[in-house]
Amino acid sequence: MIFSIVVTGAPYSSQAADSALRYCKSLLKLEHQIHRIFFYADGVHNASELAVPPQDETNIPSEWAQLAEQHKLDIVVCIAAAVRRGVLDENEAGRYEKSSHNLTLPFVLSGLGQLVEAGIVSDRVVTFGA
Amino acid sequence: MSDTKKSFLIINRKAPYGCSAARDALDVALTISVFEQPLSLLFMDDAVLQLLPAQNPAGIGQKNLSANLAMLEMYDIDQLHVCSEALQQRGLRAEDIELNINLLDRSGIATLIKQHDQVLSF
Repeated sequence: MIFSIVVTGAPYSSQAADSALRYCKSLLKLEHQIHRIFFYADGVHNASELAVPPQDETNIPSEWAQLAEQHKLDIVVCIAAAVRRGVLDENEAGRYEKSSHNLTLPFVLSGLGQLVEAGIVSDRVVTFGA
Repeated sequence: MSDTKKSFLIINRKAPYGCSAARDALDVALTISVFEQPLSLLFMDDAVLQLLPAQNPAGIGQKNLSANLAMLEMYDIDQLHVCSEALQQRGLRAEDIELNINLLDRSGIATLIKQHDQVLSF
């Protein structure tokens, strides 16, 4: 079955991000296909490369990045939600004349159309909210 | 863009201000309509407050959401479903809402969810 996942909770504030991560790992283990993981609202903080959790806690942004690299997943962050909250890629940092950028690769910034397209293409869309 | 159509249901559960859920849901609704997919909106719990007229959130530095709700009609989003129990619990009547709405009880909501391909909740 083709799944897409929506994450609207920030890591370390709500359980949403951690649950979504576990859910995605289970889907892959059960050989389902993940079309896209879309990060929206406070979920954009999942993509911050600058998160430094204590060593005995999961580094959620880097877990997402590793999972995406390993399984060639499309992990997309809503650009409007991200720039508003200070999650920028190099391009956006340049556009808004900011001194640095913090989007973890391979996350990409894109529009809400990516969420709707995911809904059209997938059999199931599962939302993990705060 | 894919040729196939999927019907979307957006479930709103949060009050209009206090968190970004209402605005986030509205942005998704408008995007779905740009993609020309069938769309219904369901308002439950505190989200019924999103539908009230004469909102004035300027005092808390927020943009008025009701103007955007009025835009729904322009985008041909006319399937607005409202949980009757949520209205009742908050002392509201259907007449308090100046939009064209469809009242649903619990079993009506269950049917509505079943009728849609994709459900997004905010």
